[in-house]
Amino acid sequence: MSSDARKTKAQRIRHLLETEGEAVEENTIGFNEGRYESVADLEAYEELKDEARAIKEDAIERLPELIEELRETVEENGGTLYLADDAADANRYIREVAEEQAADRVVKSKSMTSEELEVNEALEEDGVDVVETDLGEWVLQVADEAPSHIVAPAIHKSEAEIADLFNAQFDPEEPLETAEELTMFAREQLGELIRDADIGMTGANFVTADSGSIMLVTSEGNARKTAVVPDTHVAVAGVEKIVPSVEDLAPFIELIGRSGTGQDITSYVSLLTPPVDSPVVDVDDPDVAFADRDDDREFHLVLVDNGRMAMREDEHLRETLYCIRCSACANTCANFQSVGGHAFGGETYSGGIATGWEAGVHGTDSAAEFNDLCTGCSRCVEACPVKIDIPWINTVVRDRINREEDGQFDFLVEGLTPDEEPGSVDLQKRLFGNYETLAKLASATAPLSNWTTKLGPVRTLMEKTVGVDRRRPLPEFERQTLVDWFEARGPRVSAANAEREAVLYPDTYTNYIDVERGKAAVRVLEALDVHVRIPDVPGSGRAPLSQGMIDTADEKASRVFSGLAEHLDADRDVVVIEPSDLAMFRQEYEKFLPEASAQRLREGSYEVCEYVYGLLENGADGEGLRTGERGPDLAYHSHCQQRTLGLDRYTRAIFEDLEYDVLESDVECCGMAGSFGYKEQYYELSMDVGDRLADQFTTPEASDRLVVASGTSCEDQLEDLLARDAVHPVEVLDPRSRHH
Amino acid sequence: MSVESPSPVERFEATLAALEVSITRIDPDDEFAQCLETVVTEHGHDTDSVVGTPLPFSSASLPDWVDDEPTPETLETATTGVTAASLGIADYGSVVLPSTAEGSEPVSLFPELHVPVLRESDLVADMPTAIERLGPELRAGRSAIVATGPSATADMGALVTGAHGPKDVHVVLLEDGSTDTEGPEDDDAAAANGGKA
Repeated sequence: MSSDARKTKAQRIRHLLETEGEAVEENTIGFNEGRYESVADLEAYEELKDEARAIKEDAIERLPELIEELRETVEENGGTLYLADDAADANRYIREVAEEQAADRVVKSKSMTSEELEVNEALEEDGVDVVETDLGEWVLQVADEAPSHIVAPAIHKSEAEIADLFNAQFDPEEPLETAEELTMFAREQLGELIRDADIGMTGANFVTADSGSIMLVTSEGNARKTAVVPDTHVAVAGVEKIVPSVEDLAPFIELIGRSGTGQDITSYVSLLTPPVDSPVVDVDDPDVAFADRDDDREFHLVLVDNGRMAMREDEHLRETLYCIRCSACANTCANFQSVGGHAFGGETYSGGIATGWEAGVHGTDSAAEFNDLCTGCSRCVEACPVKIDIPWINTVVRDRINREEDGQFDFLVEGLTPDEEPGSVDLQKRLFGNYETLAKLASATAPLSNWTTKLGPVRTLMEKTVGVDRRRPLPEFERQTLVDWFEARGPRVSAANAEREAVLYPDTYTNYIDVERGKAAVRVLEALDVHVRIPDVPGSGRAPLSQGMIDTADEKASRVFSGLAEHLDADRDVVVIEPSDLAMFRQEYEKFLPEASAQRLREGSYEVCEYVYGLLENGADGEGLRTGERGPDLAYHSHCQQRTLGLDRYTRAIFEDLEYDVLESDVECCGMAGSFGYKEQYYELSMDVGDRLADQFTTPEASDRLVVASGTSCEDQLEDLLARDAVHPVEVLDPRSRHH
Repeated sequence: MSVESPSPVERFEATLAALEVSITRIDPDDEFAQCLETVVTEHGHDTDSVVGTPLPFSSASLPDWVDDEPTPETLETATTGVTAASLGIADYGSVVLPSTAEGSEPVSLFPELHVPVLRESDLVADMPTAIERLGPELRAGRSAIVATGPSATADMGALVTGAHGPKDVHVVLLEDGSTDTEGPEDDDAAAANGGKA
C-alpha cells in the first residue's frame, strides 16, 4: 500500500468514525451485551454450540446428496428447485419467473444472499418495482445506501436521521419524529405496497432436506406477509443453508437470536413448507372468504452456488459455510463497533466472517478492502455459535492477498529478508512481520536506536515509507535483554531445592523492550520456590502471522518447538508472559507442528498468572508475594486472547486471594492489537477503540488506581491513552515491586 | 437454577411475563366466550371487529360475534385475530401457529391484537421437544410459525412493537380437565411429563 493509499484509507475511516461511528457503537455494543446476558441463561450453551457445529459439518460434507434429496422433496411438495451456478444465473431465473407472472412488483424480506446477487437491480432493469419490506432495508432503499450490518442493516442511522430522510422524501402532513411514528408510517406505506404485490421474495436462514421447508428468522412479521400475501413465493438461499432434517433446526433456533442481537428468540421463526396451505390475501377478491378459496400457489427455491461449492473444496474457506449469519462476530469486534460494515465489509458481507464470504463469492480483491481490520484478537471465536475459527480465515486470506499483490520488490527482497515470504508482501506488513529482527537490531544498538527514532525527520520518513504513524510513541529498546540479564544473574532457587522447574519463555517484547516485566516474573516464580531457566528461544511467530505471513510463522513454530522440546521432555513447565504468544502455542501451532509436538507444547505451557494460581492452589506459600495490603488499588484490563482462552480468571483469582482492590474493564479489546495501532491508516481507529477503555479507567473511581494489563499492546495503548504507567500483573505481585 | 424446577405452566407464565405478554387461564367450567370478550375489550378493541379461524378443540369454540369466515376485506378492518396454537413452549413463552387453509396465518398476523388459544396439554417444556413434534407435521407438507411476543423492530432507532404484525399478544390457556377428541393426536401423556430430559 502506498503512502497515498494509506492516507486515503485513514481519511475514509475518519469520515465513518465521525458520521456513523456513534450509532454503530451504541447498537453493536447493545447487541453484544445482550448476547452475553442471553447465552448465560442457557444451561448447556457449549453443548448446543457443539451440536450446531456438528450438524453443519455433516451437512456441508454431504451437501451434494442433500441438494438432490431437497430437490425431490421440494418437487413432491409442488414447488421448483433451481440450482444457480452464479449470480447471473440466479438473476436470469428470477427474471424469468417475474416475466411469466407478468409481475409489476416484487416485495422482499431481508436477504443477504439477494444482496450478493444484486437481484433488485436485475429486476429493476426489466421495469419491475422491487420493494424491501424489512424496515431497516427499506430505510436504506429510500436513502440509496448499502447495509452496514448483516442483521440490522441500518444501524448506522439514528432515529433523527431516519426522520429527516422520511420527511424529505415523503413530505408527510405532520413531520415524523419518534421511532414509533416512523415505524407506523413505514408499516402503512409498506402494507399498501405488499397488498398488490405479485411476487414475494424471501431468503432462508435454513432449508431442511427431509421436508423441503424453509426457516425464516424475523421479528417484524414482514417475511410472513411477504410469503403469504402474493401467490408466488421465490426463496433465495445459498446452498450451504441446507440441513438434513427438521429436528436439526432446534439448536439453531436457540442460538441464532441470542448470538446475534441478544434476543433469546426473535418474534417469529417461520417454518414454511411451500407452497403453503395458507390462502392468498387477494385484493382483487376482497369479499371471498379465505376458506372458500382454491389457490394454486407457486414456489421457487433458488439455491445459489456462486463459489460455495469451491469453498467447500477449500480446506481453509470451508468453515465459512458453517456460518449462520448471526452477526455475533461483528458485534463483538472492537474495530467493527467503531466503524461498522461500511468500512469493515466488502461488496456484500461485513464483520469478521465476511473475509471468508467475500473471498469465496466475490474474490480476494473484495476481501482485501477490509481484511486488515481483523486484528486476530479472537474475541469472535467464542461468540460464534458454530465455533468458526474466524481469525484463522482472516489470516489465510491475508496470506493469499500478500501473494497476489504486485511484487514491486520481488527482485530485491527475496533472499535478503529474514522471512519465508515472496516479494509481493506489502512493505508495511513485512516490517511488522519481521519485528523480531528489528527488535534484535534495535536492542543491540540501544540507546542510539531509541534516540534516532525520536527524531522528527526520522518519524516523518518512517511514516512515508512504511506507514508507522508519527503520532504513536515507539517502544524503547533495552540494551541488555532478559536472556542476557538472566544469564549473568543466574537462578536464585536451585533445582535441588525447587518445588517445580519452569522455563520462562522470553517473548520478543519482554526480551528486548519490557525487560522489567520479565525480571518481575522471575522474582515472582522464585518467591514461590520455582527453579527458573530462560533459554534463548526465538519469537513465537505471532508477529508474522498477524501480517498474514504464514510460512514465516510456521518456520518460527518449528524453531520455538526445537528450543523447548528438551525442556518439555524433562518435565519443565513452559511459562509464558504474553497471552498472544501463549495463544500461538495453544491454538495456531496445531496447524504448524506435528500433532504430537503441538500437544506436548500445548499441555506443557502456561500463562504466567495461570501458573502462579496453580502453584498457590497446590500449596505454594504466597507469603513472598506483594499482597493487596502493601500494594495499590488496581484498574485491570485483561487481554483479548487471554479471555478467549479462558485464562483471565486466574489473574482475577490471584488478585482476589491476595486481597487486592480491583476494578476491571469490560471492553473486548484495547484497540492496539500489536502492530495495528502503529499503522498510519489505522491509528485513529485504534485510538477510537481505545477510548472506550480509557473512559472506564478515567472515572473518579478508577483514576487513582495503578493500571494493570496482561498484554504488551494493551500496556502501550493504555499508557498512550491515559498518560499513566501501565504494568503487567507480575509487576504488581513482584516482591520488589515499586509500582504504586 | 433451583433444584426444584417450576412446572411447564409456571415457566410459561414467567417467560410470557418477561415478554410483557398477558395470559388468561381458564378452566373447563369457565365460559370461553366470556373470557374472550374480556380479553378483547381489556385491550381496548371492539368485539365487532374480531376475526378468527375455527378452533380444533372440543372445550372451546369461537363465539358468534367472531367473524370466522374472514375475507381480505374483513381482515383489513379487523383489530383482533383469534387462532389456535398447536403447541406452547414454556422455556421461551412461544406459541406454535399452524398455517391453515382457513387463513390462520393472515388472521394471526394482520390485526393489532392476536389471541392465540392454547390447550395446557399442548404445552411442552423446551425447544427440542417442540421441534420434534413439528418434524412429522412439516414432513407432511404443513407449515407453522413459532411466535414469541408481538411483532417488533428496533430499525427506527428504538424498540417499537407492531412493526408489520400484531402490536399485542394475549394468550388464552385452556386448562386440562375437558375430554378433547378433536385434537390432532393425544399428546397429553407426553406433555404431562414434559419436564427436561
